[in-house]
Amino acid sequence: MSKDPTSGLIMPAAAPSSLITRRNALVGGAGLLLAGCDQINASPTVKSFLSLGEKATHSAQRLVTDRNALAREFTRADMSPVFRQNGNQNPGTTEYNALAANNFADWTLSVDGMVKQPIRLSLAQLMAAPRRTQITRHDCVEGWSAIGEWSGVPLGLLLRRAGMSANAKYVVFHCADSTGGIPYYESIDMIDAFHPQTILATHMNGAPLTVGHGAPLRLRVERQLGYKQAKYVMRVEAVASLDGIHGGKGGYWEDHRGYQWFAGI
Amino acid sequence: MATHYANADAESPRTDESPLIYRTRLPVRIWHWINALSIFVMLMSGMMIFNAHPRLYWGQYGANFDHPWLVIGHRGTSGYLSLWGHEISTTGFLGYAQNAPYAFPPLVTIPSSYSLSDGRQWHFAFAWVLLITGTLFMVYNIVSGHLQRDLALKREERSFAHLWHDIKEHARLRFPTGEAARSYNPLQKIAYLGVLFVLIPTVILTGCTMSPTLNAAFPWLTELFGGRPSARSIHFLCATGFALFIVVHLLAVLLAGPFNELRSIITGWYRLPKERSK
Repeated sequence: MSKDPTSGLIMPAAAPSSLITRRNALVGGAGLLLAGCDQINASPTVKSFLSLGEKATHSAQRLVTDRNALAREFTRADMSPVFRQNGNQNPGTTEYNALAANNFADWTLSVDGMVKQPIRLSLAQLMAAPRRTQITRHDCVEGWSAIGEWSGVPLGLLLRRAGMSANAKYVVFHCADSTGGIPYYESIDMIDAFHPQTILATHMNGAPLTVGHGAPLRLRVERQLGYKQAKYVMRVEAVASLDGIHGGKGGYWEDHRGYQWFAGI
Repeated sequence: MATHYANADAESPRTDESPLIYRTRLPVRIWHWINALSIFVMLMSGMMIFNAHPRLYWGQYGANFDHPWLVIGHRGTSGYLSLWGHEISTTGFLGYAQNAPYAFPPLVTIPSSYSLSDGRQWHFAFAWVLLITGTLFMVYNIVSGHLQRDLALKREERSFAHLWHDIKEHARLRFPTGEAARSYNPLQKIAYLGVLFVLIPTVILTGCTMSPTLNAAFPWLTELFGGRPSARSIHFLCATGFALFIVVHLLAVLLAGPFNELRSIITGWYRLPKERSK
């Protein structure tokens, strides 16, 4: 929008010799537009406005849904022929490799934090505990879905057995895997922790969990997205607040990648 | 309406021009502009979300080893769109464009560089904006009589002959003039009603069906669409419907006279196009 009198009508004739071709102007314009959009996306004010939507979604979903509603359970005939692996597919640490080499016979799960009596359970003890088996749909945040059978110990059972404090608000799952040196962890609230379908699964599709799917223990929290289904669970901790635990946002994806803590949609 | 007509006519300095009428009420104008912004945010952030898994399926499950009916992908630097296994090369538009190996190129996604989490934040925040303003607008629609008076097809407009005539007029790009331009024409009404009562409810319900929490609470909703992957496909088709609506809508504005149309959607005042001489 130059005020130069030579621009306007005279410009088109001069254009071919000019370095600014229409194509370059378009591409440059698009670049500026993108840069502008990215600036908007990075603005803290915009981010806090957008997070209002996240809060509204969390509250609305808790408000309109029955807290004990069960996720649909399918039959074996409905299962995905291949249940793809995703996320970390092997913690690969020396400790984990040693545990895996011995079929996790030396592995233990610790249940601690705000509990009367911290407990430590071997895989054999977990196998001997009352179990729940469910064929459910796993929904990845990316958009794909897979149906598989999960079998394991209800989380609520372990929390009760450890005598969880009434002041505890969240359950944190510390995992053996990490990404770029940052350990994986996840957390859920008590509504999901004591939901009957929330289990710590030792089996998938009738067989012990494979390393790719999170052996020896994986969380199933059936009313949330895939990134909440922590694999390679080593320790379950009851806490009153998520502050001070890693990045404080309740999970690896929440701390480092900006994903919502409540993955109900 | 009659008084507006008379006043506008009297105030008009140029007697040869047809009168300005007050055609578009404030709530309609506000809703229009909120939608105009929000729908672009929804489409662009939706394309970002789609980029995370650019495949669509029918049924209860669908992932990489299953059979998609639509894929937007790339091999090296060649982009393609695959529909029921039939592949179309789309390099430069879809699959691979602007040196980026994504289904939808950076120019049309929010944010422009790949971020599923940011795309989701935009999508869900503006979903609330649309849900709240859309609900208020539907209440207004019914209470004010806008729906009954301006949008519902009149008895005479419901005949096939009448609609056929309107289709032919549109095909010739001859839009209503004079008194007939005071109200929406039948095809326009059908387009608006389709958006209001088919596209908007379907896009909201299929959106909700992608929530595992809502699935558990309202399993019938998932079954209504035949499973979550099916709902995701329908959600995408609705988005395509909105994109087509926008294209046709903007084209109609351009053809009907962008200045007059823009004035009416900004200020509410519209100049009746002069009666066409027969």
